[in-house]
Amino acid sequence: MKIYRLHTLVLLLLLAGTAGQAGADEGGFYSWLLSVERKGEVAPVNDEVYKEECGSCHFVYQPGLLPAASWRKLLAAKALEDHFGENAELDEDVRRPLLALLEKHAADQSYYKRSRKIMASLKGATPLRITEVPYIRRKHDEIPERLIKPNAKVKSLSYCDACHQQADKGSYDDDTVSIPGHGDWTW
Amino acid sequence: MRHILLMVCMAMLMTSVTTAVAAKIPTSLPELLEFYSAESNQPFDAERGKEFWLKKTPADDGKMRDCTVCHGEKLTDSGKHVKTGKVIDPMAPSVNKERYTDRKKVEKWFKRNCKWTIGRECTAQEKGDVLKYLSLH
Repeated sequence: MKIYRLHTLVLLLLLAGTAGQAGADEGGFYSWLLSVERKGEVAPVNDEVYKEECGSCHFVYQPGLLPAASWRKLLAAKALEDHFGENAELDEDVRRPLLALLEKHAADQSYYKRSRKIMASLKGATPLRITEVPYIRRKHDEIPERLIKPNAKVKSLSYCDACHQQADKGSYDDDTVSIPGHGDWTW
Repeated sequence: MRHILLMVCMAMLMTSVTTAVAAKIPTSLPELLEFYSAESNQPFDAERGKEFWLKKTPADDGKMRDCTVCHGEKLTDSGKHVKTGKVIDPMAPSVNKERYTDRKKVEKWFKRNCKWTIGRECTAQEKGDVLKYLSLH
């Protein structure tokens, strides 16, 4: 009986361990299923190289916001030379592991709710811009244009963290939205 | 039995911390100047570096570009990415000890930023002159 209880304890610890890791590495369907944390949003990014290489210039977009095919187009060596008008060239020894990381955690590989919805809305499309994802466009439809473009502290939907206060943690819930010059966004 | 389970636990914990490691080439300002001097034909000059830093080049979008577009007017202050608004730490080594300590990083940004600002890669002479200028702040 005692041994049986010990095993249960160890098993529980194992499960808790996989749940805690899930943010960094989803580890497949079962670790997602057994995870105790809410799988609502987008998997957060924990990779220091990704944060450094991409986050020096812009918000660290979570890999789960686009499908792997989109990341492959964006991270192609040639494409990086003109990355939305900027030169974002990477050495091959950095570019390859980064692309591998993005492919591994891309929306089509993720069980997180928003990644699933992004994939469902894309219907096979592979956009270069996250703002072109139908699901994301639809989610921002009701926000008046005057709060975005003419708003100096927002300017464009590309700046996720201008309004989404928890964007860096992969959370895009309504409750965490605060539009500069407007305040909390409630429905 | 208990040992086996513990080992399994340990193995799982260990596999969770495998993330990519950024390759660094530790360096210093004197070492960098030495590195670029191998390919330059005259001694580095801070005044020439300053001119280069401030030299305006017309871009395809009709605007003028120079280093201050993103790095700001004052080297001891933070800059701001012209497009994304992301804060860029000061270039002056006197206030930013992290600057010029990784050759890989220095080379990456020289490559990207020279191409964006002047439309081509910088020569070793230009890099050395600029570093000499920046090192005085």
